[in-house]
Parts: sequence; structure tokens; C-alpha cells
Amino acid sequence: MKAIKILERALVSIPIMFGVAIIVFLFMRLTPGDPVDIMMGRGGVVSAGEIEKLRSEFHLDQPLYVQLWIFLKDAVRGNLGFSYVQKTPVTTLIKDRLPATIELAVAALIFSLIIAIPIGILSAVRQNSLFDRLSMAGAFLGISMPGFWMGIILILIFAVKLHWLPVQGRIDFDARLAQGSGFFILDSLLTGNRAALVSTLRHLILPGITLGAMEAAVVARVLRSSMLETFRSDYVVLARAKGAPEWSVVIKHALRNALIPTVTVIGLQVGVLLGGNMIVETVFSWPGLGRMVVSAIFARDFPLVQGSVMVYALTFVLANLVVDVLYTYLNPKITL
Amino acid sequence: MEMTPPVSQPTNRLMHVWRIQIKLWRRSTREFLQELYQHPTTLVGGIVVIIYILAAIFAPQITSYDPAKGNLRERLKPPAFLEGGMAKYPLGTDDQGRDLLTRIIYGARISLLVGSISVGISVLIGTALGALAGFYRGKLDALISRFADLLMAFPFLIFAIGVMAFIGSGINNLIMALIFKGWVEFFRVVRGEMMSEKTQEYVEAAKVTGRGNLAIIVWEILPNIVQSIFVLATLRIGEMIIMEASLSFLGLGIPPHIPAWGSMVASGRNFMLAAWWVSTLPGITLMILVLSINLFAEGLRDILDPRLKTIA
Repeated sequence: MKAIKILERALVSIPIMFGVAIIVFLFMRLTPGDPVDIMMGRGGVVSAGEIEKLRSEFHLDQPLYVQLWIFLKDAVRGNLGFSYVQKTPVTTLIKDRLPATIELAVAALIFSLIIAIPIGILSAVRQNSLFDRLSMAGAFLGISMPGFWMGIILILIFAVKLHWLPVQGRIDFDARLAQGSGFFILDSLLTGNRAALVSTLRHLILPGITLGAMEAAVVARVLRSSMLETFRSDYVVLARAKGAPEWSVVIKHALRNALIPTVTVIGLQVGVLLGGNMIVETVFSWPGLGRMVVSAIFARDFPLVQGSVMVYALTFVLANLVVDVLYTYLNPKITL
Repeated sequence: MEMTPPVSQPTNRLMHVWRIQIKLWRRSTREFLQELYQHPTTLVGGIVVIIYILAAIFAPQITSYDPAKGNLRERLKPPAFLEGGMAKYPLGTDDQGRDLLTRIIYGARISLLVGSISVGISVLIGTALGALAGFYRGKLDALISRFADLLMAFPFLIFAIGVMAFIGSGINNLIMALIFKGWVEFFRVVRGEMMSEKTQEYVEAAKVTGRGNLAIIVWEILPNIVQSIFVLATLRIGEMIIMEASLSFLGLGIPPHIPAWGSMVASGRNFMLAAWWVSTLPGITLMILVLSINLFAEGLRDILDPRLKTIA
């Protein structure tokens, strides 16, 4: 029964994705500037015949709705177009860079939850104590700090001055890691390459913390306030009256319910994670999707920007779907 | 005593409503200020924001340097409190020999302007559309809501970057990119509030006395909603300012000779070892501003409308 509901929800996402594709496509077509000119680059003389050939190859001579139809048809089949500037299919480029971005995003999520959940719980349990005040002040600082600046400061302190952690990139130059899935942690585990694993983890720390910091701050605050609310509710009073041990009251009863609004916020923050990716990837020279999009924008490589934006939007919609499903497991009263 | 029917004397009634409104405002302002004194962090936040605003307005009076042109012989000088620094460059100079303090103060203009204008226009658009959609419902509501849902499918920064990729950079386009997604949140809040207020009795009463729909929306319902909108708006200003700084950092915002904190941090990255202050100090200034705005806005929310705690 539930599986059907999940499928239903997933199907609803499809029209949204179509809408996204149409918006992205329209944006690209409404841009001033002839794509063929961009493709030809600035130098040299090109014959009119060449230009005509290119135009028909990229369907630029067809009316707008035909172009839209071709674009949608291709997109559904996984063909996101052809990059003018890099002379490679967009899908290939995205596939190359996606694992790096995903590894970073997952690392950020893990860092933020490891920090935020204990802090949120402890702050609620020891309300108004020094720990509570300090951690909430820290959380407040976290949401006010711009991500790019935090990254730069972390690099300055930990990499440049203290030399504890590397400055940039995903892995040391001299680490020999076999090309596998593109997920360096997975690859190094599978090939038993301990040096590469250590190197990858060291490189993940600073960018992961930078990306995860703001999310950690928001989650900690929301968790704390929702736990405080659940402490006041009847079932907690009952649990205490029953004589249940305090840790059981906190974890089994209060936390379970307090997690509900928290999971919502985590889901909302996925969007921030995806967006913040670009900033952090630029600051740490991380070879991921975000940095590629930024340089694609500067190079006026519209198909690449278009394809990447669509991938981002798809990930976002999927992540929201996952969060919604998780929701129903946390609170059986809520149905999809 | 003869009761004049309200419908036949609209102007009188309007003035009556406004007189009561002003009296309420004056009393609530006094109460508000009293509350403010009891929340010192909020007060501090508000004062710092005012200092920033004043500094931005009176920038030419405060510093005599030109923020755009520098003296190349004086490049990368350290701030006055480090060794090698001089008093005439209190915060040092950047790679073009421009005084950093001057650029930081002028940078406040951009941040404050972009932040307030983008939030302001987002509020206007979102409120107008939300009020209409929430009140009239029907096809209009369905259309706009679907469009808003579609926009929500994009993460904010990516959407802004995407928009700017296509329409170009520059401060106007930056503001437009921020507004393009910013209005959605206000639209949703106003629409929700409008739908719930519509069922209240005073709306029923207004309809019975023959007031037109538009008048009801503007004069009866909106004044009740304005407070929550205001609080939400102040909470978002900080976020918009960080967005602007992030976009400038990526090079998508303001042309580099115009001082903006984001691009200053970006250009200073190349000199981190030699001159860390070029990147760090604008960042600190930005953080303090956003911190103060957030302190003030959160305090405002706690005073005026605590139930917004779940949204923000």
C-alpha cells in the first residue's frame, strides 16, 4: 500500500520536472547572442555553408516549439545536449563531475548531523545552562556567516598557518588511486589503498565543515526548540510518571517526536546544500559539478548550464521526495 | 441620536479609521520601545544596523579616498594595528592600492541597497499576488501557485546563478535574480493568512455593509497581516545580503571596480599569504552586519509574533 503511495508521489514529480525543463529551455533561448557565433569562437573566418550546417545540426533553424520538443525528447532519453565550448556531450561532463559533488554533499550532511543532533539534544536537556547559551550563540553565528568567507578563514587557519589540513582539491597529487566509480572513498576502500583513503578523508574535512556548518546551525536550533516543546507534552509527563529512566524519556519519547519538524528542516536545507556547493567548490577548488557550472556560465556555455541546472533541480525534487517518505516513518499519523 | 449610515459618508469613515489607526500605532510604538529595552541583544543589533546605514549614507564625508582608484605604489599595505601599517590606511590597502576602510564603507551601500530593495520588491509582489490568490481563489490561485511550486523546485543560489547566467551580470540583474525567487515565500505566507482571515467575522461584516472586495482586502484584512510580513521580511534581509555577497564572490554580481564585499573577498584570495586582511576584513564586516540584522529581526519576531518561530 505504501509503495503505491510512494510511486504516486514520485509520479507527481514528473510534471514538475517538465516545468523545470521548459523554464530552463526558455531562458536559454531568450538569451541574446547567437549560439552558432559562440560555438565558432572569436577567431577565424567560417564559410556560410559551415554555419548553415551547424545550424541545422543543432536544430537552430527550426521554430521554437519544435526545438523545445526535441530538447524534451532528448532529455527524457538522458541526452542533455552538447557543450559548445568543451565539444563534449553534456551528460558525459556531468557524469564525470557528479561523484565529487555527491561525496562532498554527503560529507557535509554527515558532519552537520554529527554536530547538530547531539548539540540540539543536550541544549534542550540542559536548558539555559552555559552549554546551552554558548551553543545557541554559536548556532546563531553559523547562520549569519557567509559560507565563502568561512571557507577562506578555515583555509587560512588550518591549512596555511597550521599546515594541519590540505588547502584544496580532493586528493594529494601523488596518491595513486585506481579509476573506479569516481567516489574516491569507495574506490580506495575497494582497492585497499589506505594512503588514498586517508588523503581523501583529510581533503573532505574543511569543505565538508564549511558546507555543513550553516545546516548544522539551523538543525541544532530547530531540534532544540522542538525538543523543548515535546518536554512539555503529556506523553513525556506520563513517561516520567511511569518511572522510565531519563535517557529513555529523552531519546525514545521526546526525540522521536522532536525529529519531525527537524527532518522537515533538514529536507529544506538540502536545497541550501546543493546551492552552497558552488561556493564551497570554488573556494576549495573542488572538482565537482558546482565549479563546472560557474565556469560554464563565464564561458557562456549554455547547454552545459542548462543541463546542470536540470540535474540540480531533479536532485532537489528527489531529495524532497525522500524527506517526505521519511516523514511518514517518523510519524505514522501522517500519510503521504 | 441619529446614526449616519456608513456607506453614504465614505470619506468621513476613512478619516475615522485612520485616526484610530494612528492612535493604535502611537500606543503600540511606545509599548514596542519598552519591550525593546527588555531585549538588549535586539537593541544592540538594531543600533549596529543603524550605524551601518549611517556610514553608508555619509561615506563621502567619512573618508576622503576614492574607492575605485588606488595608488599602486601603496599596494598591499597592512592595517594600522599590524607592524608596517600606517595610520593613514587604518585597515590597510588592497592589491590596487585602494584604502580598504573606504572600500568597506562604500561596500555597505551595495549590500544594504541590494538587500533592502530585493526584499522590498519581493514583499510587494508576493503580498499582492498572495492577497489576490488567497482571496479570489479559483483559476488565478491555481496558476500562480503552480508557478510558485515550480520555482521552489530550484535551490535559491542555483536559480539566481542560472538567471544571471542568462540575463547578464550587474547590480540591476542581480536584484532581479534575487526577486525572481524571493517573492514566493511572501506569496505563500500572505495567501495562507488571507485564506484564514477571509473566514473571520469582520470580513463578513464588511461585506454586509457593502464594501467592495478590493477595499476589504486592502483596508480590512491586510492591516492584520502586515505585522507578520514585516517580521518575515526583516528575517530575510540578512539572507539576501549573503546571497548578494556570494554572487559577487563568484564574480557574477557587481563589476570589480565598484566595491562590494563579496568581490573584495574573492580578489583578496590571491594574496592570502602576503596580505590576509584584504579578504578577511570585508568578510568580518559582512558577518557583523548580517549578525546584527538577524539579532534585530529575531528579537522583533519574539516581540511581535512568536508564532512565526515555526516558519523562520
